[in-house]
Amino acid sequence: MNNLVPLLVAIPLGVGFLIPLAVRWKPQMAELLSNLALFGLVLLSLSLIGNQTIYHMGGWPTPNGIDLRIDDLSTLMLLTINGLALIVGIYSVVAMQPYTSQHRYYSLLMFLVAGTNGVALTGDLFNLYVFMEITAIASYALVAFSGEDESFEASLKYVVLGGLSSSVILIGISLLYAVTGTLNMTHLASRMSEVGETAPVKFALALFFCGFGLKAALVPFHTWLPDAYPAAPAPISALLSGVVSKVIGVYVLARLLFNVFGINDDMLLLMRWMGGITMVAGGLLAVGQWDIKRLFAYSSISQVGLIVLALGFGTTWGVVGALYHLVNHATFKPLLFLCSGQIETAAGTRDLRQMRGLGRRLPITAGTCMVGSLALAGIPPLNGFWSKLIIVVVGIQTDHTAWAVTVVVMSIVALAYQLKVQQRAFYGTADAPMEKQLPVSESPVLISIPMIVLAIGCIALSLLALSGLEHPLLVGPAADVLMRGVWKP
Amino acid sequence: MIYSLCFLLILIGLYGVLTRQNIIKIVISLLVIEYGIHLFLVLQGYRTGGTPPIVDSSIDKQLWLQQSVDPLPQALVLTSIVIGLGVLALMVALSMRIHERYGTFDIGKIKKLKG
Repeated sequence: MNNLVPLLVAIPLGVGFLIPLAVRWKPQMAELLSNLALFGLVLLSLSLIGNQTIYHMGGWPTPNGIDLRIDDLSTLMLLTINGLALIVGIYSVVAMQPYTSQHRYYSLLMFLVAGTNGVALTGDLFNLYVFMEITAIASYALVAFSGEDESFEASLKYVVLGGLSSSVILIGISLLYAVTGTLNMTHLASRMSEVGETAPVKFALALFFCGFGLKAALVPFHTWLPDAYPAAPAPISALLSGVVSKVIGVYVLARLLFNVFGINDDMLLLMRWMGGITMVAGGLLAVGQWDIKRLFAYSSISQVGLIVLALGFGTTWGVVGALYHLVNHATFKPLLFLCSGQIETAAGTRDLRQMRGLGRRLPITAGTCMVGSLALAGIPPLNGFWSKLIIVVVGIQTDHTAWAVTVVVMSIVALAYQLKVQQRAFYGTADAPMEKQLPVSESPVLISIPMIVLAIGCIALSLLALSGLEHPLLVGPAADVLMRGVWKP
Repeated sequence: MIYSLCFLLILIGLYGVLTRQNIIKIVISLLVIEYGIHLFLVLQGYRTGGTPPIVDSSIDKQLWLQQSVDPLPQALVLTSIVIGLGVLALMVALSMRIHERYGTFDIGKIKKLKG
């Protein structure tokens, strides 16, 4: 089992390079190969549940070589990444038909998955940087993929800010190497206690907060996100908001703070404030949006703020709430983005003011979108309710009642902007000219299935909560990994 | 001393990214930041009068450890340069496409996106 770990990176990377060759033989090979590979990756990550191993790349022992670490947290991340990527891959088969040079899209999608998987697995700081750049380059290109003026502009904005954040992270990594003389995260964790909290370590920490904060789109580093997500094709917006920015931003930050640096009260305070401000700003900005994908993008910012805020409470249960919400967000937000893709195709516009009464033409989209909206707003018994419940209770338990109240208020705001989408897009009667203009068309099967699967996922993930709210399946052990503190060699 | 010069280079690049209006100049400023970081990384492995980090059976390990330069930062910089090349190619390609569509490199005039 141990030897299969590198395949999680090798398969998508290999398939990514294979696709341009295979399409010369048959054009359909791109869809087929990438979806088969993603299916294999889902099976692989399922088989890793409960494993705790360290794979040494090339057989080099721990301080010298590059490690790949499998523990409950990385397994949870791998399951989320690959599961969502498979759903997005199936959705892309039909949704990407209008675009030219589809095989390049699938290649880039594979690189995106390879990079994100690598980030979730790696136990080496510089290796982390390399995988992060693979992810970033693939996502820059995918944001520009639709080839409109706006998408190039958004992509350039993303490249400049993303490149800046990567540079900032690289300075932090080289500072840590200068101080400790190692890049291996396990070794680094043990050296950190010998070095102590000197000025370079603190500076590196601040750089990581800025760099990964930008990748996760925490306010004030969020400006690229509301441009990049609407510009990307719908499946890519789903993948970017569902897993990519969460893994290369929030997951890495949590991993470094809890397992390598060792968490302390100052960091928790910073996380609470950054997360809290992000949550409030993102939610309030979302209410005023009329572009449906831009609205969802701002809502994404708000949700990532909620996750970081919950991490900032610093108790095991708080981390459980944060990770649970991260997984839940990876079901309902992609669902909403996929629905927005369908709405855009059907209405021919993304402007909520110009659409009305799509509900009768798109019954499946309307139904699944409703499930997603309610889950995001935290209506019981959907999954969003349970994670928000945990976060609110933890907030009260740890004497942060003000933050807990803010979470509740922002949930109501989320309900408000989701209802705005529902009411504008699906309800009311369509104008006669619009009805005639576009034929009544429910989505093809390959588009409906991914949306239905995600909607079922929104309901099914609440079963995790029923398995024990204190310590849900999968999420509980993952939170324990973070709370066990700094890694011992 | 020499380390602070690296950071000066990085800060010059940052200033460029923040103040320039021309996309090409922003790209160049990002490169300046990157070179500053590469210099910083390489300097960490540098040792005045050091020997090349090559081991064979005739070399005394302890003596070698005291004399040789650190090879790891060099490997890191090589990797980082390659990544930088990839990002640079993408940025230049994007700038060309933007110039095709908007007919300008001025970021003040490229603003179809707002909100």
